[in-house]
Amino acid sequence: MNETEKQTAENADRAPIIEVNSMHKWYGDFHVLSDINLKVKLGERIVICGPSGSGKSTLIRCINRLEEHQRGQIIVNGTELTNDIKNIEKVRAEVGMVFQHFNLFPHLTILENLTLGPIWVRKTPKKDAEEMAMMYLEKVHIAEQALKFPGQLSGGQQQRVAIARSLCMKPEVMLFDEPTSALDPEMIKEVLDVMIDLAEEGMTMLVVTHEMGFAKSVADRVMFMDEGQVVEENNPHDFFDNPQNERTKLFLSQIL
Amino acid sequence: MNTPNTAPSREYLKPPVTEVGVLGWLHGNLFNTWYNSVLTILFAVLLWQVVPPFISWAFIDSVWNTPSEACRDIEGACWSIIPQNISFIIFGFFPDGAQWRPGSAMLILLGLVFFSKNSNHWKKSLGIYWLIGIIVMGTLMYGGVFGMQVVETAQWSGLPLTFMLSFFGMVAAYPLGVLLALGRQSRMPAIKTLCVVYIEMIRGVPLISLLFMSSILFPLFLPEGITIDKVLRAQVAIILFTAAYIAEVVRGGLQAMPRGQFEAADSLGLNYNQTMRLIILPQALKIVIPPSLGILLSAFKDTSLVVIIALYDVLKTTKVTLSNPKWTGYSTEAYIFLAVLYFICCYAMSSYSRKLEKSLHTGR
Repeated sequence: MNETEKQTAENADRAPIIEVNSMHKWYGDFHVLSDINLKVKLGERIVICGPSGSGKSTLIRCINRLEEHQRGQIIVNGTELTNDIKNIEKVRAEVGMVFQHFNLFPHLTILENLTLGPIWVRKTPKKDAEEMAMMYLEKVHIAEQALKFPGQLSGGQQQRVAIARSLCMKPEVMLFDEPTSALDPEMIKEVLDVMIDLAEEGMTMLVVTHEMGFAKSVADRVMFMDEGQVVEENNPHDFFDNPQNERTKLFLSQIL
Repeated sequence: MNTPNTAPSREYLKPPVTEVGVLGWLHGNLFNTWYNSVLTILFAVLLWQVVPPFISWAFIDSVWNTPSEACRDIEGACWSIIPQNISFIIFGFFPDGAQWRPGSAMLILLGLVFFSKNSNHWKKSLGIYWLIGIIVMGTLMYGGVFGMQVVETAQWSGLPLTFMLSFFGMVAAYPLGVLLALGRQSRMPAIKTLCVVYIEMIRGVPLISLLFMSSILFPLFLPEGITIDKVLRAQVAIILFTAAYIAEVVRGGLQAMPRGQFEAADSLGLNYNQTMRLIILPQALKIVIPPSLGILLSAFKDTSLVVIIALYDVLKTTKVTLSNPKWTGYSTEAYIFLAVLYFICCYAMSSYSRKLEKSLHTGR
């Protein structure tokens, strides 16, 4: 048994870090998510794909309660998401989120963007928070920009800052909501490289993306969603080479 | 490479003479079409009719610092009304020997405001300076210690009163307005309704009626023997009034914030207070600096309405001066002086806010 297999076996024994049980969500009358079941183990990398409007973003936004689900259960790291605001804040602190449009805080410097969470949520002393922030900025290859404001950076740089900002909270899970969709083609790679590094370090990741290359090389599992349901779920090899469902085949034929 | 050196040589010609220089400018801006030419000529005539007579009235035929008798037989402006009455116009009924006190209180206030402009000074110590400043100003105005004679608030008048009412009106109204704006967006129906009712009610009545209520109605509800100072009541009325307007402007700023900012703050696990204080308000309030300034400027000018409850602001002290038989008839001069005074204050506020906006700019 080699190192990774051993780790996988260990992880399989633990309780899943995210558990979604027959979860439903409506926007008004519109049934956006229907009967979603999902178990994510620690260290697992899951890519969620599907046509626009299929509910994939909504699903991961439910996991840190940016959207509220109406039926079923979502348990993150042992905490069930209910209306209890304390639980929600606790889960949010454990779960990092990277948005399509970066959502950096434009009135704060890059460094302040990174230290905000640790200082105010984790109560880390400012000096320690700054050291940690610089470490993560090094990691996303952007340390020299620490004192600039977000508006002075390119899209790719901003997205890397956003990833570093989430990492500063030392999350158990990272959610990525189409992290490269708003970027110019030449900037996509620099962001994906950072995400690949992160995956290789064993971060648990749920990634909504259209980057099928990323899915092939990094994902443990690929989920295909359509019309609010998980249509197909498989390891990347079988998912891409041998899709079962007609809708999956159609989708793959359109984007590959 | 396509640098100018290696680019194919070409001649750079000068533009035609009608496009540059004085002639070009005149042609471009004043005489570019026939109707603009007509307007230009009409205005030139108008200026010629108005400006020289005004200059000779205001500067050539005028007197500057003479007793009122000297004004009787001149053609021009009698500016003497200002220097001869300056201490009453500025300080009103504040006792003669003690006018250095409101004077230095105003200087302290201006000094603190000026000091606060620099964002490098925004530290805890700034709050302490303000606290000390306010205590010193209060002591200077009221007196009663260090051998200073007590001056009741009823005697506070003129420019210090205007400054005090408007400055503390703004400073207290702003946070109240922000709270009201946040309350109006609250998900809790009771708080939301309360704020909406308050804002709409205050905005539905003129400031004058609020001042009347504060000076006439309000004391009727107080138990016998308890009186609340009239200046304080006017001050509170101005604060409550201004806050409602500030609230609506701030609400506009809050609504302009992209949802992503709230979501990013949420996803970091910040709670409501932290999100508002650290993320949303700093950005929203920056957006609303220009419209807030508009409200603060009108609040400043509206303080002159306190005359109707018999407080003597700088406008009223000027009017009192004009009712002195020696100086009646020189209202033009007095009001021009007042207009200049108000303009200087408003212009200073306006440039203050522009500087503030600039210093908060973070490139985007």
